[in-house]
Amino acid sequence: MSNVSRRKLITTGLAATAGVSGLAVAARFADRYGLIPPDHGGIYGPGETLTYAAQRLLTRHSLAREFPRSQISTRPFANGKPPRGEDFKRLQAGGFADWRLAVDGMVARPASLSLAELRSYPSRSQITHLACEEGWSFIAEWIGVPLFHVLNAVGILPQARYVVYFSIQRGWMNSIDMADALHPQTLVTYGMNDGELPVGHGGPLRLRVPRQLGYKNVKYITRLTVTDSLKEFSPGGSYAWYAGI
Amino acid sequence: MADAAWVPSLPSAVLTTTITPRHTAIVRVTHWITTLCFFALLVSGVEIVISHPRFYWGETGNVLTPTLFVLPIPASRSAVPTGYGFVLPDQNGWSRYLHFQAAWVALLTGLLYTVYGLFTPHFRKYLLPAGSDLTWGAVSRILANHLSFKPPGEAEAWSYNVLQRLTYLFVIFILFPLMIWTGLAMSPAVASALPATVTVLGGQQSARTIHFFGTVFLVLFLLVHIVMVYRAGFRNRTRAMITGRAAAHKEHP
Repeated sequence: MSNVSRRKLITTGLAATAGVSGLAVAARFADRYGLIPPDHGGIYGPGETLTYAAQRLLTRHSLAREFPRSQISTRPFANGKPPRGEDFKRLQAGGFADWRLAVDGMVARPASLSLAELRSYPSRSQITHLACEEGWSFIAEWIGVPLFHVLNAVGILPQARYVVYFSIQRGWMNSIDMADALHPQTLVTYGMNDGELPVGHGGPLRLRVPRQLGYKNVKYITRLTVTDSLKEFSPGGSYAWYAGI
Repeated sequence: MADAAWVPSLPSAVLTTTITPRHTAIVRVTHWITTLCFFALLVSGVEIVISHPRFYWGETGNVLTPTLFVLPIPASRSAVPTGYGFVLPDQNGWSRYLHFQAAWVALLTGLLYTVYGLFTPHFRKYLLPAGSDLTWGAVSRILANHLSFKPPGEAEAWSYNVLQRLTYLFVIFILFPLMIWTGLAMSPAVASALPATVTVLGGQQSARTIHFFGTVFLVLFLLVHIVMVYRAGFRNRTRAMITGRAAAHKEHP
């Protein structure tokens, strides 16, 4: 009897040790390959980590679907209202000629770019879907400079892990990992459907991350910060950091 | 194996006290985990739908475009015209977290159950209908029995009839996979990696609409399931799914 229980004890102990070290190895591997989202803690942490890890493994190099011109929505919905702050109104009155995008943080050459300078970078135009987490969507042509051009121009440091982007509207910000920041379809967008980006859709400058939902596509951006940690940059609210689904 | 003890084996002398294993541990555990997940998915799914209770077909749809249909409920977003004079609070943050976490648990539980069902006699013995039962006559006879509220016969206390088998097979192998598929097809990231999963459905809004109807079918299934369990003896059947044991002949006092 005691033999059986000893054997059982040893087997259980070995299994537990293997399980724990297996998990530790998996966590290490996941961290090294950028498979752990910043909101991996808390009661929803396990599900969020599984979603982010699975989607990152599946989508690291995938391109968002692009559509023919005939599928551009004739009635795109502009959610929300333009910023009410004086600073925005003043810039809008000046035709956004003085709008600037600051790029700082872990970069070799911090910069403050005007719209004209951004337009002088290589541009990209793509017809993609914009889907809101609420359930509605539209398709539009988005024109802008791929974020990786901007990041190459300022020279990101090797330890960079995230790009945080801020709206002129106080408290409105979000962030993406380097897989999305360096993705060819992630656009610092200044045009839509062959024209300027309308204010209702985030004009003059909106970050388009077409493989994620609407709330990651922050409007009226004025600053990009490259960082290795999001500790100081919590977007607040209760929404998941990763919005690939 | 508990499977082998499915058929009552004791003579009728101990009728009312015969206790016979009815469901194996894996079936019971996966049943209740799935139940929990289903309620978490339903509650969070309803919360998410409330933020935009309008449905479309194709790739796109928003408050400026025509709808397929609109649910006559208030919304949690002021941009949605509902006819109600108030806007419900935004619950999408935790709802979306909970929805995907419950979906993962349901998926992994479903995989465990499916592997178990394939590598044991479970599916073959209890869910696959016998060829001879797959006739209109047999199906309509059972349907008529159900519709005339006849209590199930002795055989049905121990085995699933063809209608039950077909229903469970439909839920397990058609509805559940369809819910996972249409759920993933709404993801812009999944659509980028596997665009065909969206295009064969007709677009992301079509996927959302099919996801909604899948929910309706699952809720209908749940209601009928509960009514049937009640008619077959609620306490006994529920105990069978918790402890694995059912009193053999106490079904209809």
